[in-house]
Amino acid sequence: MITAGRIVRLAERDRAKVQFLLDGEMRGALAGDTVLTAMLASGVALRKSEFGPEPRAGLCLMGACQDCWVWQEEGSRLRACTTLIVDGMRLCTTLPENWP
Amino acid sequence: MSGTSSPRIVVVGAGPAGIRAAATLVEAGLHPVVIDEGQQAGGQIYRRPPAGFIRTPEELYGSEAAKARALHALFDRLAEEGRLTYCARSSVIAVHEGRLHVLGEGGVQVIGYDRLILATGASDRVAPVPGWQYAGVYSLGAAQIALKAQGVALGRRIVLIGSGPLLTLVGAQLVKAGADVAAVLDTSSWRQQTRGFWGLAARPIVALRGLALRAGLGRRYQAGVKLEQIEADASGVTALLWRDAGGRQRRTPCDMIGMGWHLRAETHLADLVGCTFTYDEPWRQWLPETDEMGRAGNGVYLAGDGVRLLGADGAEIAGGIAAAACLADLGRPAPAVGADLRKLARLERFARGLARAFPWPFEMVRTLPDEAIVCRCENITAGAVREGADFGGGEANRVKSLSRAGMGRCQGRYCQLAAVELVAAQAGCTPDAVGHFRGQAPVRPAPIGAFLQEG
Repeated sequence: MITAGRIVRLAERDRAKVQFLLDGEMRGALAGDTVLTAMLASGVALRKSEFGPEPRAGLCLMGACQDCWVWQEEGSRLRACTTLIVDGMRLCTTLPENWP
Repeated sequence: MSGTSSPRIVVVGAGPAGIRAAATLVEAGLHPVVIDEGQQAGGQIYRRPPAGFIRTPEELYGSEAAKARALHALFDRLAEEGRLTYCARSSVIAVHEGRLHVLGEGGVQVIGYDRLILATGASDRVAPVPGWQYAGVYSLGAAQIALKAQGVALGRRIVLIGSGPLLTLVGAQLVKAGADVAAVLDTSSWRQQTRGFWGLAARPIVALRGLALRAGLGRRYQAGVKLEQIEADASGVTALLWRDAGGRQRRTPCDMIGMGWHLRAETHLADLVGCTFTYDEPWRQWLPETDEMGRAGNGVYLAGDGVRLLGADGAEIAGGIAAAACLADLGRPAPAVGADLRKLARLERFARGLARAFPWPFEMVRTLPDEAIVCRCENITAGAVREGADFGGGEANRVKSLSRAGMGRCQGRYCQLAAVELVAAQAGCTPDAVGHFRGQAPVRPAPIGAFLQEG
């Protein structure tokens, strides 16, 4: 059982810190992290499968499998493995409630 | 616009094949457009970390650092000097009548071409193992990208499964970086591995380097294993159940599993431009047909792992050859490629050796339990694919329509080979008779708004 995040930082730890909101909660990451790295630094999954009960955390990390799409609060989605985290990003693991 | 004096040439992909193709065209005085999904040119194997990362190429690429450095520097210089146009972070999502539909940050853009060089590369060839849908299962390539481009391990306790050079390499790289690698499990037996010996002898240094890396893994490495089940709880993977070469059942606790059996060529665009495909028996997958220079007809050229799975060195050579073919067809002076074609032939012998020594475990796939998930996108089971074959017969696209395997967001990239094996087994025919899933545009998910802007 994982207690903190899924990933382990092994190198390149000396980068500027950034903050983002995940499901309304403030999270920390490092500049240059992908959204996938940023989310899995403090969590175990990116989203829930639409077709099963299990959470998902990506598969290929090269933009091919499309397993890592997450929502942004304003309603658009992004592919977490090919998008870099930006300070102040507002991300959601599920469809935002006020989605247009 | 398309006068013979300035033909519009587009290269898709900026890995070793795309970079070398573009550079060869520039040397001949042409100005290619290079469309690439990466943040920076380099492709997967020579992928560069984002700005602000400080490890050197030697730390990132090991024995291949000099090649990576040279290709990066070459491409950056040509882009800086304005001798090519680089469209980074852009995906070609459709091709129609000499026009590419390119999805970038600003929406969809249409780019016409007279000649098209596809250097689309490859992704990991995976195989469904019961439980592979759970969070914490990644491809071997993913584990390598995470380490190289992000400096992270994707788990606290890692098990790698599969077969082929990347299995050993990723294991060694993770251990060296300080990750906890519990086991490296090869589905190919020692006996099977020796069958590829004569092919592997075509590149003795590469083969010996692989053996040395494996020796460094010590008792973590096990050959001839059978993979049975990935166990998980609500937060993801917790263990792998497997059998060793002696048939003893083993359970290795872990929170991350990396899997891969060499590569699967990325062929969706080749399919959309109308390439003919043949089933390659040693690689057990469909590959587009070209002549020895990479000509696919209609002004299209293919190079690199998207057409022949030779790895980075072969891709770079093939990129140069495809560009030379393109130049010759345009009636321009083209560099001589005789020596390069001979090099490719040697790399091909080595690759055939790899394919024999480290095969994709099709028997494992054929005997998957009905409830095992084959399509991770939509959680479609082996049983559903078998039912599709019972109802629709042994034809890939009918089974795709009936079961939806291959219709999810990855468009069959990660389930097609397994689905076809299951169909072949169920219908009592061979995979090449089953056929391959037709590619459909858009080949990457695209927001509908991008198309509205276009109109």
